[in-house]
Amino acid sequence: MATMATPGSGTTPASDLPTRLRTKPTGFALFWHQTKTSLASPTPYLTAFGIFLWFFTYWLLCEGLQLPRFVKIPGPVTIFSEWFSMNPTQGISIFTAEYYHHIAVSCRRIAIAFFLATAIGVPLGLLMGWSKKFHDYSFPILETLRPIPILAWVPLAILMFKGYETPVIFLATLASLFVTTLNTMLGVQSIDEAYFRAAGCLGAKKWDVFRHVVVPGALPYIFTGLQISIGVAWFSLVAAEMVSGDFGLGYLILSSYVNGVTVPMVIGMLTLGFVGWFTSIIVRMIGNRLMQWHVRALALQGR
Amino acid sequence: MNIAVPRMPGPGREGQPGANATGGPTRGQISIRNVTKIYDPEGVNVMAVDNCSMEIAAGEVCMIVGPSGCGKTTLLNAIAGFHSITSGEIYLDGELLCGPGKPKAEQGADRIVVFQHGALFPWMTLAENVAYGPMVQGKLRKREAIEKAFHMLAEAGLGDFGGKYPGEVSSGMARRTEIVRALINNPKVLLLDEPYRAMDALTKSIMHESLLEVYDRTKVTIFFITHDLDEAIFLGDRVHVVTTRPCKLKKTVDVTLSRPRNYQALSSEEFRLLVEEINGAVHEEAIKAFQSGEREMA
Repeated sequence: MATMATPGSGTTPASDLPTRLRTKPTGFALFWHQTKTSLASPTPYLTAFGIFLWFFTYWLLCEGLQLPRFVKIPGPVTIFSEWFSMNPTQGISIFTAEYYHHIAVSCRRIAIAFFLATAIGVPLGLLMGWSKKFHDYSFPILETLRPIPILAWVPLAILMFKGYETPVIFLATLASLFVTTLNTMLGVQSIDEAYFRAAGCLGAKKWDVFRHVVVPGALPYIFTGLQISIGVAWFSLVAAEMVSGDFGLGYLILSSYVNGVTVPMVIGMLTLGFVGWFTSIIVRMIGNRLMQWHVRALALQGR
Repeated sequence: MNIAVPRMPGPGREGQPGANATGGPTRGQISIRNVTKIYDPEGVNVMAVDNCSMEIAAGEVCMIVGPSGCGKTTLLNAIAGFHSITSGEIYLDGELLCGPGKPKAEQGADRIVVFQHGALFPWMTLAENVAYGPMVQGKLRKREAIEKAFHMLAEAGLGDFGGKYPGEVSSGMARRTEIVRALINNPKVLLLDEPYRAMDALTKSIMHESLLEVYDRTKVTIFFITHDLDEAIFLGDRVHVVTTRPCKLKKTVDVTLSRPRNYQALSSEEFRLLVEEINGAVHEEAIKAFQSGEREMA
């Protein structure tokens, strides 16, 4: 055995390690490396060109060529000059308090709804995936309720809850609850049986298995579910705000339409897009932070 | 088992649990007596193991060779406590693991399985994986367990990788870590279910030497399932050839190669003769398994 690299010969000296392990850039060096790599790849240029193309087409249809059906739609120039105007003619711009109030109200509702949906949906999904009995009890009910569109719940929500706030939050919660629960359940079911067996071999009791195998094993699915669920929360929130609401981005879009001011309507839509994207980024960041093992394994596969 | 060649100076240490002063291991003796296992999927009885008996001495490396999907794993699962048996008894050190009135053995850290595709928890670092057993059994506190894990990983030449996740290291390192994760619990038996099946020949040979080194050091009883005859002879004290489903003992051969062994044993005349002796029986079963055309059960 002496002629081969023997196991059990103690730690390998650092100089024998591949370069990749020895010097890993951190901090600014890492940032600089990433920026350089990114600028050398076609990605940022393609993205910039894509955005330009999108806006150019939009401008061409509405303001450039002024095609018959597009005349009434506010073009990008109108939108942006209004959006960034100190004195907006139609009432909404980044310099009006009302604009931020709409955003804040919607964000607060989303935060509450998303928190509730996660707090209920994740444990529910974990239980459904883990316990066959619990799954048998609850799955048919979930599957029956899930296909009912959120708009169909609106009348019931208004009858059940007082005021503007609670029905809207209820609807957004309900929509994302189903997504979160289902994904969490699938996450638990996707865990390889070998991990349960290995844990059992090593002396883990039922509760240990739950904490150390079921929860971390389902985490990638849970976070995929949460990213979908926050998107679902946004669109059900807007739907709910359109029907029943006093403030919020959904309310802004509909009330602008009703009042015949189209510019704030489009500003509301675009803002919704950006805020929604931002929340989704936050969820992804939290997920990546909690799942270093997953992130690192994916990074090695070049993803 | 006779050790004809004096032990090479190496990382082996005296006073290791499992080997007493005279060098003879005292724990991990398994008796499998008339074990039968019948599966009942979709109302059709499938016999996986048919009246199988074998005695495994304490500290023996017992190799089970048979075609893929012949029911070897069923036997291992019964010892580990993953599956029940239909009839027969299995004893570990004289204590009943499973038998009449107790069809399924309890899982425990005295019998640890190393899985075919590896089952290191991907969400724990290598050190956390190794530390998991003593920690979850409440034997050591987290810090002590992690410290011991790093120590044992270093012994296995993995000292620099304790902080890595399984997804970041090679399959060979992962499998070696899995054996360390088992050994930290000081098990009576290691149950290995074709652990090197998916590896290339070169990695496999490193794994073999590493396992032999572990065995020479700990003298832990090893129950090793494989379909690779060379592997069986190289590692084992005794090779049991089993028939294709239902699994029955077909031929038992004692391996007389001296320990400690190294890769040079693979080209010895003695090794060649052993292969010759067993090959016929294995080949016969392989043909039967192929002709039955049944899908392998994992």
